[in-house]
Amino acid sequence: MSVVSRGFRGRARDALHQLPPGQYETTGFPVLSAGPTPTVPLDEWELTVRTETGAGRRWTWEQLLALPSETPTVDLHCVTKWSKFDTEWQGVSLDVLLQDVESSADYALVHSYGDYTTNIPVEDLLDGKAWIAHRYDGEALPPEHGGPARLLVPHLYFWKSAKWVREIVLMHEEERGFWETVGYHTYGDPWREQRYQGD
Amino acid sequence: MDVRLTAEDGYSTQRSYSVASAPDGETVELTVQRTDDGEVSPYLTDELTVGDLVELRGPVGGWFVWRPEQKEPVFLLAGGSGLVPLMAMIRMRRAVGSRTPFRLIYSARSPETQLFTSELRRGDPGLDTTYVYTRSTPPQWSRPAGRIDASAISSGGWPPDFEPTCYVCGSTGFVETAAGLLVALGHHPGRIRTERFG
Repeated sequence: MSVVSRGFRGRARDALHQLPPGQYETTGFPVLSAGPTPTVPLDEWELTVRTETGAGRRWTWEQLLALPSETPTVDLHCVTKWSKFDTEWQGVSLDVLLQDVESSADYALVHSYGDYTTNIPVEDLLDGKAWIAHRYDGEALPPEHGGPARLLVPHLYFWKSAKWVREIVLMHEEERGFWETVGYHTYGDPWREQRYQGD
Repeated sequence: MDVRLTAEDGYSTQRSYSVASAPDGETVELTVQRTDDGEVSPYLTDELTVGDLVELRGPVGGWFVWRPEQKEPVFLLAGGSGLVPLMAMIRMRRAVGSRTPFRLIYSARSPETQLFTSELRRGDPGLDTTYVYTRSTPPQWSRPAGRIDASAISSGGWPPDFEPTCYVCGSTGFVETAAGLLVALGHHPGRIRTERFG
């Protein structure tokens, strides 16, 4: 049931792009984060994948950049209602990072520098759906947007695309992350408008 | 708090606004800054009148809030309309009669653009407020117009060894600057919570 807002007409609709329900388009690039922007020197930066057996893979910054990268152009959908179309990224596909990792785990908990976490099913990280992005719009990814490197999982609400990514822990049981624990949806599909727990 | 508007043709859109009031179980106060070319804020500020219906949902999150059971000192840093969720904390403190010491630094463009001016001037016992003006100051103001800096934070806030919880809200530029200064002054990043407006 929806209440008609007397006198509200809204803006002309964009026929080229489809917005998920409840979203509006922005051409800016708003910044949201729960705490201060961490500074991570590149010579100390590393990305780790840890499996359910405790085994790990680790990449330094140079090693990450030496991997084959892709340049996805994707739409972003933030749970605070803005969507941004046709954003251009460069990064390493999670298919590349996880291809030699022995694991039968179904869930991942992604950790950031600065202690942010978010949970994602492993299948949502594979098959060309997720990247470790280190460049945005032709430039090094700025710190306030998650640089040196962030997770990019554009088919889910953007809080899943963890800034300042540090470690991906694979596990059999799903463990909720930071926003998921305080009321946001466990999965977060914008097309099904899964904003909050219970949606 | 999510606000959803629906047009007669079924088109609907939503925006999120910060709650300015302390929860009392009955009413909720949202502060809406009007954007001239906005889709929703001109409607809310110009068109909406008493008796009209809007759909509301929330508040959700529970991260950028102060809870009375927190006993540590509180340091609030507001840039412009970033004052709104911090005002909700000040009102909550007042509503429950808390004696937890609060310090607020409020950075505004000019005295004319300040929010909640008379309520802040009336003041609360145990709340110390410092104003920083970025463009123009009141007459005979001791501090020249300029952005928030380490000296303003040191003189208007708590020293890091008091281990305050810091709440920083404003534009991205303000939050990046203020939160960065807090960390540089020795405040633990885990005690700094941030919230931003585009």
